Amino acid sequence: MKQLLAILVDGSVYASWLFIISAGLTLIYGVMRILNMSHGSFYALGAYSGASMVGWYFSTGSVPWLSFVVLIGAALAAGVTVGLLVERGLLRFMYGRDEVVMILVTYAVLLIMEDAIKLIWGVEPYFAYQPYTMLGRTKFMGLTFANYDFMLIGVSILIGLALWYGLNRTRNGKLLRVIIHDREIAGALGINVSKIFTITFVIGAGIGALAGALTAPGLSVVPGMGIEVIVLAFAVVVIGGLGSISGALVGALIVGMARATAVHLYPEVELFVIYAVMGLVLAFRPQGLFAVANARKI
Amino acid sequence: MSKRSLALLLILGVATLVGGLLLPNWMSYLFTIAMGKGLVVLGLVLLMRAGLVSFGQGLYYCLGAYVAGMLTQFAEVTDVLLILLASVSFSVVIAAIIGLLLCRYREIFFAMFSMAFSMILYGLLVRNQVLGSTDGFNVANPSLLGWAPGPEGASNLVLAVAVLLVFTLGILAWRYLKSLSGYAGEAVRENEIRLEYLGGSVFKIIYVKYIIAAGLAAIGGTVTALVSGHVDPEMAYWTTSGEFVFIALMGGTGHVAAPIIAAVLFESLRTYASAVAPYTWQMILGFALLAIILFLPSGLWSLVERFQNKKPRKAP
Amino acid sequence: MKHSLLTAATVACAMTTGGLSLNAYAADEYKLGLVTFLSGAASGPFGIPAKNAADLVIDAINDGTLPAPIKGNGIDGRMITPVYLDEAGGATKQTAEFRNLVERDGVDAVVGYISSGDCLAIPSVAEELKTLTVLFDCGTPRVFEEADYKYVFRTTATASMDNIAAARYVHENLSDLQTIAGINQNYSWGHDSWRDFTETLKVLRGGDIEITTEQFPKLFAGQYGAEISALQVNSADVIHTSFWGGDTDAFVLQAAARGLLADNEVIFTAGETALNSLGEHLPDGAIIGARGPFGPFAPESELNTWFQNEFTERFGTPPTFPAYHMAQALIGLKLAHDQAGVGASTDEVISSFEGLEFYGPGGKVEMSRGKGHQAATEMVYGRLTRVDGEITFTDITRYPADCVNPPDGTETLKWIQSGMPGAECN
Repeated sequence: MKQLLAILVDGSVYASWLFIISAGLTLIYGVMRILNMSHGSFYALGAYSGASMVGWYFSTGSVPWLSFVVLIGAALAAGVTVGLLVERGLLRFMYGRDEVVMILVTYAVLLIMEDAIKLIWGVEPYFAYQPYTMLGRTKFMGLTFANYDFMLIGVSILIGLALWYGLNRTRNGKLLRVIIHDREIAGALGINVSKIFTITFVIGAGIGALAGALTAPGLSVVPGMGIEVIVLAFAVVVIGGLGSISGALVGALIVGMARATAVHLYPEVELFVIYAVMGLVLAFRPQGLFAVANARKI
Repeated sequence: MSKRSLALLLILGVATLVGGLLLPNWMSYLFTIAMGKGLVVLGLVLLMRAGLVSFGQGLYYCLGAYVAGMLTQFAEVTDVLLILLASVSFSVVIAAIIGLLLCRYREIFFAMFSMAFSMILYGLLVRNQVLGSTDGFNVANPSLLGWAPGPEGASNLVLAVAVLLVFTLGILAWRYLKSLSGYAGEAVRENEIRLEYLGGSVFKIIYVKYIIAAGLAAIGGTVTALVSGHVDPEMAYWTTSGEFVFIALMGGTGHVAAPIIAAVLFESLRTYASAVAPYTWQMILGFALLAIILFLPSGLWSLVERFQNKKPRKAP
Repeated sequence: MKHSLLTAATVACAMTTGGLSLNAYAADEYKLGLVTFLSGAASGPFGIPAKNAADLVIDAINDGTLPAPIKGNGIDGRMITPVYLDEAGGATKQTAEFRNLVERDGVDAVVGYISSGDCLAIPSVAEELKTLTVLFDCGTPRVFEEADYKYVFRTTATASMDNIAAARYVHENLSDLQTIAGINQNYSWGHDSWRDFTETLKVLRGGDIEITTEQFPKLFAGQYGAEISALQVNSADVIHTSFWGGDTDAFVLQAAARGLLADNEVIFTAGETALNSLGEHLPDGAIIGARGPFGPFAPESELNTWFQNEFTERFGTPPTFPAYHMAQALIGLKLAHDQAGVGASTDEVISSFEGLEFYGPGGKVEMSRGKGHQAATEMVYGRLTRVDGEITFTDITRYPADCVNPPDGTETLKWIQSGMPGAECN
């Protein structure tokens, strides 16, 4: 019983984290058909800018709870700025290239950003644990959980809702869906595809940076942290179906629960669980759970 | 292929070998590693010509290397030919099984799924204590038909074998690309349904290419294992596979020689970048990659083609 | 075809010869290859402190300002010129880079390697190229257990020592110890650490020990929520972890926030690097190790005081164990050269290095294992406590080298399982 509760809570916390790190990735793929390898670097960028700003904020001795605003604000600002730079300065010259070429373009961006981050922040670890410890903990049934983790679940639901609302209930979101459905027709109808692309990439990069900022308080921000999350985010997105927000949500839940179960019951298989789930899903639904199958070329 | 070009190739091969042996040790080592990787990329290029990009060639690269390492370390088989035979056949068998599943997929799904398989191998190796987990294990010096050249001669032996392999496999691959089955690859990329109407089996074409690519990757892995004297699971990690795609793109898919040259260039670029800028070598690689994609979309080989097209061309 | 291939060969040849190096050899310099992590997750906690220590110690050796009894400028009068290299990229890349260091850059010796995989791959190349190589930080006991090397030395003790001592410490200090749990990274280091720890405990307690859960999260996972719950559900008398660097930081933060560290005894075999940054999150009573007698556990000596002060002044933080490891390697190398005399050949330096006993900032180092090529040092554990808000240690136990290191010529695991014969603990 205690174990079941632990699995459920751990699974949900992990799933919400996975959803936050993969939402931006799947959004960008859905609209732009770019599998953004540099997503992990935006995550790292968010973590670094958030953590360093929070560190600075606490050294000024201001009101502690405002540190959340600083954390998220700094990450979003950095993510949006660099996202805009990458999209306007580089990606827009590449549109129309093969999907695989685009993967390599973003891979190059990843290599460059990793070193750029190192040049700016060095390799010393950065900490922003105040928001994490500030919220305290909750005890029930002999288990103790950090309240920050529960907040993470709330934030991921908020991000999911915001994306859903933005895509389904706003004018720009509807235009976006037209592009997802058929880019050429959308262009022919007079939709400014280029503008929508810029907006999408910036939002995706922003969510990536936000994910990093939200993760930063629970760990030390170190070089290479972005590389670690890419494969994880890819797996989630592929399971759910590339380009589908609800798919990412379901993918995150499946992976999160599967991993928590493995950790509690069969710790030795923890490393494979994600790939096993991915293999299983793809064997039966090659396009992932929520994606529409592509027609073959005629 | 005319007799004259065959003779020229032979001379070129011998010249490469002699040149390789005369180079300073560290350069011939780099050259050997590059040829090993070049072979992996050659297989990748075969797939890419059919429109499929595998982000999981590390799977077979690593399998080949581990088979080689295990044979020398645990079975005391050190003969290069036996090792090559074993690692290629083992990888081909695995590829024949995985290929059944994988060859149904296209585009990004093929890429991601092939990556998943190589990551599973990575996980298995990391869990395996006998094989040294992430630390891997050392590979003994190879021999040839009972002749054991010892530690100093071993790298020259591998170099010679690698040169021989690169030339023979290169010629074979070139002939393959000129064959019906080779051209069918491009047909798959252009239009699968039309190809099937014409009576070709898309699955079979891709399946064969996948298996050839796996065999080439295994050979590349074996060469790397024998010359570096060490294997570890890193060889199956997705960044290794990503590197192969990087090299393939750098060279382009225009010619069988392109991947080999690109591999040599890539290795040199990397070693000079990390010597000149130990803190920012990744950034240098990143900018180089971007420059190639931007200015040479068909890879470095397009430079050669541009140069050739200026001269009048004879019929092949 | 033929044209293209000819062009290909020309391009390749031009490329390889074109970039040839300029091997200006100067007789009055001692070129030293230094390989540590300059990028990636191991650079912050290990690579950079080690590099900083190298900068500090090399300057001091060149200026002749190291405290007595170390004397003389440079290595037998030659000034050390360091050539730095990033260790990132895996063992295959490192073997290639090692060749480049020796054959292209013409270094006289190489000091380096933090990753155990690299430490296993490099020695055979070092032997082939006949280059004096000092491994300074990696922990795997396999290096000298699986083979004998002439040109390769390791001036730091193996990781087995950390975990054998850890088992002894919890066995002696925790009354009614019945159950243990472990959380270690899913790679060689974590597996080996956990195995040595549990096997030693089994021997010490005659098999009377129960493992409640063994967790192996992925290296650099960063998220340990589920593992912490599992450790809470399957609570044990002591939790063993060999986490290092960023993973230690993340685990400490998350486990502290969820009360795991306050409610349980935890032993961190490599936890010392977290003291400076996260000391306030570690509760009193946490058992900390530093992979040898380093940092807060270093015995008092003039050399240690010098090292602590100079390092703190120059880099702003006190030196952690990777810095000590590096200092130890450089001092060992210098002393081996000094003992061999000016103008000694590599073979003479090697024979004076073999079996050398010397004092580094962390006290005595005996090159007494691996046929004189592998160091053994004492190992120290202590419990964290606070005096007026300052972190210090109580219940410090020092285990002599011969208590926690297997004798020369024995394999660690076999030695443990056969009951650790010949261990001298007093």
